[in-house]
Amino acid sequence: MDLMIESLPRLLKATKLTIELTLLSLFFGIFVGIFFAILRTSKNKILFFISYYYSYILRGTPLLVQIFIIYFGLGQVEWIRESFLWIVLKEPYSCAIIAFTLNTGAYSSEIFRSAFETINKGIVEAAEGLGLNKVNTFFKIKLPIAIKQSLPAYGNEMILMLKGTSLASTVTLLDLTGVAKHIISTTFRPVEVFIVAGSIYLIMTFIIHNFIKFLEKKYKYN
Amino acid sequence: MGLLAYGDTGWGDELFFATLMTMAVAIVALLIGFFLGAIFASFKLSKIKILNLIGSFYTTVFRGVPELLVIYLFFFGGSGAVMFVAKIFGYDGYIEVNAFLTGAFSIGIISGAYSTEVFRGAVQSINKGQFEASEVLGFKKKIYYYKIIIPQMLRLALPNISNVWQITLKDTSLISVTGLVEIMRQSYIAAGSTRDPLFFYSFAAVLYLFLTFISMKMFNKLEKHYSRGY
Repeated sequence: MDLMIESLPRLLKATKLTIELTLLSLFFGIFVGIFFAILRTSKNKILFFISYYYSYILRGTPLLVQIFIIYFGLGQVEWIRESFLWIVLKEPYSCAIIAFTLNTGAYSSEIFRSAFETINKGIVEAAEGLGLNKVNTFFKIKLPIAIKQSLPAYGNEMILMLKGTSLASTVTLLDLTGVAKHIISTTFRPVEVFIVAGSIYLIMTFIIHNFIKFLEKKYKYN
Repeated sequence: MGLLAYGDTGWGDELFFATLMTMAVAIVALLIGFFLGAIFASFKLSKIKILNLIGSFYTTVFRGVPELLVIYLFFFGGSGAVMFVAKIFGYDGYIEVNAFLTGAFSIGIISGAYSTEVFRGAVQSINKGQFEASEVLGFKKKIYYYKIIIPQMLRLALPNISNVWQITLKDTSLISVTGLVEIMRQSYIAAGSTRDPLFFYSFAAVLYLFLTFISMKMFNKLEKHYSRGY
């Protein structure tokens, strides 16, 4: 019990990094996801294949491999080390965010793609018939419908990403899992630390879950 | 390609056995998960409130907490628990729990949380009339479950089971933190001693892609098999 109270402030402080990593990756990931979802619906075969294999590879390999390739692997290439990219790639923090962004981007691209595909053709035709141009049809008609359609699946993806940020601890970052592991390995009291850290994760999951529920209600229409 | 030579000069044989280890852990974890899934799904479907609560608690915790944290719990807690029991019997030394068992068990518990939801959904999706008809026809409970309910359930559950398998397979990469020599750990060792992390981690990615590709093909075949007549 003492250890649980003692470790709480340190774990809460580490939670800040976990939240930061989650929000940043999800934010960038949305753009990556929409970008590849649009490529996927393109009639150009090359663009289609790029986005198809992008999501196939990123979803078929563990996130851990992806982080290790970006953090340990890319640093080995000489021209990357000499270019401006190195400023970003030498930091574990930015490497983790890049890996998470690419990963969540692949999963969200699938979610957005299926959302775009379920849009009723009549709606798009109606928009065209009313004289809306392509850009307006996309931003004013297709995108809002797609966002609404993909909310439940995207909520799951947000929770998966929150859990995924725990892998940041494998590249020396001290996020919630990283600090929890440090406390466990110095005190050898895994159960207490697990209860505290696990509860913090569950609270965050709970918040995301309810946030998505709230959005779903807000955007409900008949 | 010299790096991948089979034998003492390259890492081909090591990586081959590491791939087998990954498959072994994933399969054992999946089976543990099925076992737990069957138990907790029946808890969740039962009419007893306390069992419902236990089932929900299990799935909420193990689907909401990061896999890595669960692995640390069992990795550090596993030997502690065993030593605690040993102490009661008067043994004071350090006991290390097998990394394979720790890994398969921790991934299995996580996998079980996903399986629980899959099984529950599958049972609920079967028409009540099927149960009633089987009873009326005088089948024993055991027989109608095996011959009527489960085959129908499998057809509906297979795509989701395939998903659970993919998640489980990818989660096994996290066991590398405990030192079990599977694909990730072996790549880490090879990368460290050859100073070529880019090659070995990329190769690890290829191995995982290969495993996911093969298993997808197999599940597609199974799905076809169980969809006969539809």
